[in-house]
Amino acid sequence: MKQQAEVVIIGGGVVGCSIAYHLAQNGMKDVVLLERSYHASGSTGRCGAGVRQQWGTELNCRLAQGSCRDFETLREDLDYIADIEFKQGGYLLVAYTPQQVEQFKLNVALQNSLGIASRFCTPREAQEIVPHLNIEPLMAATFYHRDGHANPFHVTQAYADAAKRLGVEINLYTTVTAILTAKGKVTGVRTDQGDIACRVVVNAAGGQAKLIADMAGVEIPTISERHQILVTEPVDAFQGPMVMSFHHNTYCQQTPHGSFIMGLGDPREPQGQEIRSSWQFLKDMSDKITAMLPPLRNLRIVRQWAGLYHMTPDKSPILGSAPELEGFEMALGFSGHGFMISPMVARLMAAHILTLTHPDLDILQRLTVERFTRGDLIIEPSVV
Amino acid sequence: MDNVPPDDTIICRCSDVTRAELRAWIAHGLTSMDELKRLTRITMGPCQGRTCRHLVMQELAAVTGQPLEELTPSSFRQPLKGITLGAVADWVAKEKQEKEV
Repeated sequence: MKQQAEVVIIGGGVVGCSIAYHLAQNGMKDVVLLERSYHASGSTGRCGAGVRQQWGTELNCRLAQGSCRDFETLREDLDYIADIEFKQGGYLLVAYTPQQVEQFKLNVALQNSLGIASRFCTPREAQEIVPHLNIEPLMAATFYHRDGHANPFHVTQAYADAAKRLGVEINLYTTVTAILTAKGKVTGVRTDQGDIACRVVVNAAGGQAKLIADMAGVEIPTISERHQILVTEPVDAFQGPMVMSFHHNTYCQQTPHGSFIMGLGDPREPQGQEIRSSWQFLKDMSDKITAMLPPLRNLRIVRQWAGLYHMTPDKSPILGSAPELEGFEMALGFSGHGFMISPMVARLMAAHILTLTHPDLDILQRLTVERFTRGDLIIEPSVV
Repeated sequence: MDNVPPDDTIICRCSDVTRAELRAWIAHGLTSMDELKRLTRITMGPCQGRTCRHLVMQELAAVTGQPLEELTPSSFRQPLKGITLGAVADWVAKEKQEKEV
């Protein structure tokens, strides 16, 4: 392991690896990435694998839109050795209350103004898109055909491989134990494999990012919370889009591999680092999804797991510099949607760290942690 | 994965992963069962890894020279045996009914 570097990135998930790649791509090759386990072993590899552009805030829409453009050509751009399983079968978001219908109308208007060609659908139209959808209690839906899916493990590996080829040093199975500072500035990182001197540290530690911030004495208003997922056996393709309900707090998509991935946000979930699966989730998920998509009754569940959402008060990420510690950079608090916006986040973080210009850098400037003290929140209404 | 030599020895019959593909990923730098599982889907099919888990660990040990007993097996996740969403949903419905009675 190097004992000195310009930039040390903490976290070998998709956010850390994509930032490493874009730093190196822009000429900053003296980068070390640290990961306490293996790539995508934390939140990235436990996520629902969805790629959605139908968001409720301008900033998330733009982050997702730019990222989706990247996903479309990612395999070729990164010259990756395997398929990233990118699929654009669309997202169908379903509304069950008049308030949700109103929110969806606002969202579609916003999305359309930004060039995301989502559309508002009647229940009948929704059923034409997903014929096996139970439209009994449905009031309306929105659909965007360019939303979809990508494989988080392969996307992360693709960025990691490309970063390595450009000279980034990646150290797996290396645990950070302290952030070294002097006179309000970062001076290095201590790990169980030794110290690395550096002037810039990037906290991209996903569900563990608060623990890293604590080591640096940097305050961030975030909590971690368990979210659970299950997956079925693979079957022939019969559901193109992700079906997502903010009412039931559920989402369900058939992957290109044929399996169905589905998840559920439980409002009773306490904060903490717990990532074991529960029987309650299995019951709640089966109950809700068989009511919403009845033919799924016949599919066998083969596995369930859990991961951490790292939540901010407004459910938008925290990007950019920590005001109280020079050289401490943050890409965290993704509130459950870090994977799908990571390509764009990485571009912006690299531009910010290297003080380069980027036409979308205003996004990062508006998502810095100071927004919470200013009271200038970017409240994302459309999170499961 | 691209450019894997043809090999008709199937290690994971749920996901059709050949020994050559497994070895190609190990050669690519993957050193643990957990990493191989996530990039190839071995042990994640309907058999829940019952057939392939041990074969994969043997391959990993043989190729990397790590002793088999020192390898960490991938997580065993519930449900231990595949069960349909409908069977669980019916169980939930029955519980609700019993509560009402």
